[in-house]
Amino acid sequence: MDKSVGRQPENENEILLRIYETAEKIRYSDERLRTMLMSGQVRFNYYSVRGQEIIPSATALWLSSEDYVITTYRGLHDQIAKGVPLDVLFAEYMGKATGACKGKGGPMHVTHAASGLLVTTGIVGGGLPIANGVALAAKLRNEDRVTVVNFGDGASNIGAFHEALNLAAVWELPVVFLCQNNLYGEHTAVELSMAIPSISERALAYGMPGVTVDGNDPLAMHTAAGTAISRARDGSGPTLLEARTFRFFGHSFGDDDAYMPGEQKARAMADDPVPKLRTRLVADGGIGHERVEQLEECIRAEVDDALAFALASDYPEPTELAADVYA
Amino acid sequence: MSTPELTGDVSPQQNFATAINMALDEALAEDPAVIVFGEDVADPQGGGVTKCTQGLSTKYGPRVRSTPISEQAIVGAAVGAAIVGMRPVAEIMLMNFMAVAMDQIVNHAAKLRFMSGGQTGVPLTIRTMAGVVGGNGAQHSDMVEAWFAHSPGLKVVVPSRPDDAKGLLLSCIFDDDPCIFVETLSLYFGTKGSVGESGQRIPIGRARILKSGTDLTVVGYGKPIVEALSVAERLEREEGCSIEVIDLRTVSPWDEGVVLDSVGRSKRAVLVHEAVQRFGVGAEVAARIHEELFGELEAPVARVGSAFTPVPYAPTLEAAYVAGTPGIEAAIRNTLG
Ligand SMILES: Cc1ncc(C[n+]2csc(CCOP(=O)(O)OP(=O)(O)O)c2C)c(N)n1
Ligand SMILES: [Mg+2]
Repeated sequence: MDKSVGRQPENENEILLRIYETAEKIRYSDERLRTMLMSGQVRFNYYSVRGQEIIPSATALWLSSEDYVITTYRGLHDQIAKGVPLDVLFAEYMGKATGACKGKGGPMHVTHAASGLLVTTGIVGGGLPIANGVALAAKLRNEDRVTVVNFGDGASNIGAFHEALNLAAVWELPVVFLCQNNLYGEHTAVELSMAIPSISERALAYGMPGVTVDGNDPLAMHTAAGTAISRARDGSGPTLLEARTFRFFGHSFGDDDAYMPGEQKARAMADDPVPKLRTRLVADGGIGHERVEQLEECIRAEVDDALAFALASDYPEPTELAADVYA
Repeated sequence: MSTPELTGDVSPQQNFATAINMALDEALAEDPAVIVFGEDVADPQGGGVTKCTQGLSTKYGPRVRSTPISEQAIVGAAVGAAIVGMRPVAEIMLMNFMAVAMDQIVNHAAKLRFMSGGQTGVPLTIRTMAGVVGGNGAQHSDMVEAWFAHSPGLKVVVPSRPDDAKGLLLSCIFDDDPCIFVETLSLYFGTKGSVGESGQRIPIGRARILKSGTDLTVVGYGKPIVEALSVAERLEREEGCSIEVIDLRTVSPWDEGVVLDSVGRSKRAVLVHEAVQRFGVGAEVAARIHEELFGELEAPVARVGSAFTPVPYAPTLEAAYVAGTPGIEAAIRNTLG
């Protein structure tokens, strides 16, 4: 990953291309995983990230492997964007011994410390207080590391969210609270679970900037993430960044989504951010068709190879169970 | 002492989920003080992730409510409503999420009756799902009933059959103390049975003898007691072993009378649960058996539980984590000598 964090590609089209590269890798990985789940070739709980690709793809341009990311069970996009190698990532999803966590954690609990992907939690809101500790360590050691913690709209109703934001503000921690507001927490629409129109308003109560951005708009997302991350990096403290988006495939794989107005979903899917970005690149971005196609070919090969590696890997030996419980 | 009930001829009718739905429906109909709330429990949100509350919000309106994802607020609201005379049934989707609400459960629900010198009882019920089902991993599979059984003031119920689920849930709702009602996910849709007459309650604190026998007593609850029953039936059929199988159904307060009576006769006991073996409910039961029957036992009391590790994700590790039928059978054979 780019060591010179903060130095962005000079030209807007190159920024968009970098975002597209990551977003398309996420989109294609998600598609392959869902196809494999559908056919029964693999079996695991999967919380699709389709529709939310742009958020981490744009954010990642401001991060290096020295920075930290914390995410949730709906974390494939954040894990890929942070640079977790795809082979060990998919192997972990499949519970293989070659997985990032030796098959012990699974898709809801991916950690790849070398990439700075520190925690994937299955407990709603569980990541936010942890992000503060990670950020505090960086601050006390005078390290140039920013922590980005991802969570959903639903998580902002958990006590831990409120405690964590308050502490981060009081301690002026280098952390970005990145709320991926996909309009639903499980089956409950966001307007039924909170009495305010936007989650970013909550920042006011704790004394930090609260920003709402269209998370599916690559340049707007890139700018908003840059502002929040730069603020954290230069010692000015935390930001609550609410990125509006939509999850295309319900809460988890195989769920029915009858609670969602069909028209809302159809509208969101018609406005699919990844092909939209591709069109923009090719049509008015001055990025040649061939360059995009070449890129896509590389992405497909990388994802397919990683999936083949994961499928071919063995499950851990039962004796592995006793290891890693204690130091 | 309680009269042991034998397994009757259960005609296949209801699964766990429908049994729970029926109990909630009956309780809501019977007493306007009963209210139900939890994440996604109302019908516009699907009537619960396992459909246990389906139809209830349509029928009972604002007494059945979906909540934000806020476990502390859910349990706290149940505590508050309970101390002023409601009978709340709070749903905490999975038992691991109880950890988020432990302060309200352990410091408040369990103790407000005692701390207030008896002024404010807390007649609430918390329903929660638990157990290993294949690939749910470390934060969605734990059985932590021992945490609650270790807290004076709480009652803890873990049914293994639909009829017990229905009858015990009704008893919990109308009990004047806080009850933790644990629903074993792996038994949810597989086991079916008749759930008896409407309004039929099964008393808290009473065990059920699933099978009588004379050579050894298996005591437990949840999925492993179902597995133990099939092991016991097979060993009787194939090898003529006579094994008594007791489903505690209630973990706290547990039915010492039935257990000590049985082990007093069989002189051998094996305790089974899905929770990790160390510091588990089995240790308490074993200690009581040793205290009361020390000189009479023919073998040390054996315990069967899961390995002392977080629940692993990979299928090979998950299989090694739970004792399962082979682990239960090995302990029975070893204890028979
Ligand atoms: C403490 C806790 N409560 C409940 C759950 C069950 N659960 C898992 S995901 C989820 C919805 C979370 O919604 P949101 O925060 O908006 O994230 P999204 O799934 O939309 O990404 C719920 C209720 C959980 N995992 N942890
Ligand atoms: Mg959401």
